[in-house]
Amino acid sequence: MSVLIDKKTKIIIQGFTGKMGSFHAEEMIKYGSNIVGGVTPGKGGMKHLNLPVFNTVKEAVSNTGATASILFVPPAFAADSAMESADAGIKTCVAIVDGIPSHDMIKIKRYMRRYSRKEKMTLVGPNCAGVISPGKAMLGIMPGHIYKEGKVGIIGRSGTLGYEAAQQLKNLNIGVSTSVGIGGDPINGSSFKDILEKFEEDNETEAVLMIGEIGGPQEVAAGKFAKENMKKPVIAYIAGLTAPKGRVMGHAGAIVSAYGESAVEKVELLKECGVTISKNPSVMGETVKSALNSRT
Amino acid sequence: MDIHEYQAKKILSGFGVTIPRGGIAYSPENAENKARELGGSKWVVKAQIHSGARGKAGGIIVCESALEVAQAADKLLGKKLVTNQTGPEGKITNRVYIEEATEIKKELYLGLVFDRSSESIMVVASTEGGMSVEEISKKKPETIIRSKIEVAVGMQKFQAREIAFGLKIEPKLIARAADTIIGCYRAFSELDATMVEVNPLVISNQDQILALDCKMSFDNNALFRRNQVSELRDKTQENVNEVYASDRGLNYVSLEGNIGNIINGAGLAMASMDMIKLAGGEPANFLDVGGGATPEKIVKAFKLISMDEKVKVILVNIFAGINRCDWVAEGIVQALQKIEIKVPLVIRLAGTNVEKGNKILKESKINYIEANTLEDAANKAVKALGK
Repeated sequence: MSVLIDKKTKIIIQGFTGKMGSFHAEEMIKYGSNIVGGVTPGKGGMKHLNLPVFNTVKEAVSNTGATASILFVPPAFAADSAMESADAGIKTCVAIVDGIPSHDMIKIKRYMRRYSRKEKMTLVGPNCAGVISPGKAMLGIMPGHIYKEGKVGIIGRSGTLGYEAAQQLKNLNIGVSTSVGIGGDPINGSSFKDILEKFEEDNETEAVLMIGEIGGPQEVAAGKFAKENMKKPVIAYIAGLTAPKGRVMGHAGAIVSAYGESAVEKVELLKECGVTISKNPSVMGETVKSALNSRT
Repeated sequence: MDIHEYQAKKILSGFGVTIPRGGIAYSPENAENKARELGGSKWVVKAQIHSGARGKAGGIIVCESALEVAQAADKLLGKKLVTNQTGPEGKITNRVYIEEATEIKKELYLGLVFDRSSESIMVVASTEGGMSVEEISKKKPETIIRSKIEVAVGMQKFQAREIAFGLKIEPKLIARAADTIIGCYRAFSELDATMVEVNPLVISNQDQILALDCKMSFDNNALFRRNQVSELRDKTQENVNEVYASDRGLNYVSLEGNIGNIINGAGLAMASMDMIKLAGGEPANFLDVGGGATPEKIVKAFKLISMDEKVKVILVNIFAGINRCDWVAEGIVQALQKIEIKVPLVIRLAGTNVEKGNKILKESKINYIEANTLEDAANKAVKALGK
């Protein structure tokens, strides 16, 4: 098992015929993802990369049985596309795009409240590298070869820092069950806690590495969830020790505006929740290794 | 994006919020004329900089004659004002706002922000206006009223009334106060704001409800659909290098240290800065060239860092994915042919085709120190400072 996607998951690409959509579709197919088609409004009926193109997500779903999608549409139209996939019955939707207005993200989340917990789509991102279940499927833009198949779940806000972690684990011969990039925006589709919940239920995942950063309440909320509900060890690194208060550090969400949002404060609060802290970013792998070894 | 007080007030007045009469001036003479135009016998001259706490820093001057207004404007214009929010370098005053003085009966606090926990818009209000919200939450936390707004339907009248009653506003003014609060909400929601703060919101001796000071910030990601807002950008209020960077699609924040950074990805950039700090150094900047680290962005990044005189060592840390290290290395070599770097350079490449990338760097004529891991890169950068 893995979370969100596996070898069989049928995937469609929204914004399929564009430059970004085409390039990453080919990368995903090469990796072994089960891409079954795509959506570009107005180009329905065409073939692209030998796959069918549809006008709407609903059409794509009813013709292919797709349950996952990935968005390569410009930020101004991304909210619309995400809501379209939620409405068409897609179960997992990854939004790679950076630059969706926060007011639009609030709208998407409100819109998704119309679905019951069971029917609800899991939106991952925006402003993220996507999801990969190594050896099975990739629904994202990461370099697949740096991930080794295995038993550690990764949840991170940053793309490249997530790659760094995967590489460190691989160098120590530790593999990954699934890596989920939740993105650097202040309001995102899935929180650390939402994905922790899935990893706790996944019988292939044995430990979870959370790669957080300054800003917002999500890392600490996840820590509290882990303390109350999880048996699997959780390891965390929080980036942004040197970030000045009140400044946006690249990611729109990486800004310290309240107590508990700085790196030092988050680390303290996570320790209180029993989360193992990786004291710096170059020992994320080693910290996971010793957490795995110290289990009985 | 931040805007000036007078701009924020003008926006709010368009949403039905009452503001004191006033006008903008660019010279002392201009200011004097504005005061005469406004009439009356008492005015307030306010420095327009992107910062709060201007009063304590001497940026707000009460005047009792048009001549005094001219003198106050002369004192403020063209000078840097240092407040507890601007940092030691301060911000330049290029315009002053001349406003009729208000006789204040009561000062209140009203703010609207995104609440990241509930993913909604939150109104924060208090009877203790005039202090910062941080100060209020320390000294008088019991006075703080919070109200979450359901964005699908917007703020309801009853919610605005509840806040107004919570602010102990007298019954005959409640309807007016509620309209003011709803006006602020509409401005927030219809213009893609990230913050609206009216502090103080005052009740005057004449029983008017007035926005006496106001701050607004907007979502940069939404400026594409808010032309009227993006026109209000004032680059003189931003750090010169940060303006240069943002105009070129780079994420850059200027810091106090002396190790310059060029990194791909915001998280990796913060992590690298953490490593520099742990190795005993201080970063001179945060600079994210984007996950893809294209050669064009790398050239722009080197140019930007070379403009910063406090930089004594440059650390480049690129984790290449689909953009491969060999391609990134070629970008670095090209950049260094165009831009002369006079300080030691530490480069760490990782990810796809790292061996090829390092080979290209070695075979080029560039003078640099190779590093293998994050830790190695930070240690070598700090060590290179001493040379």
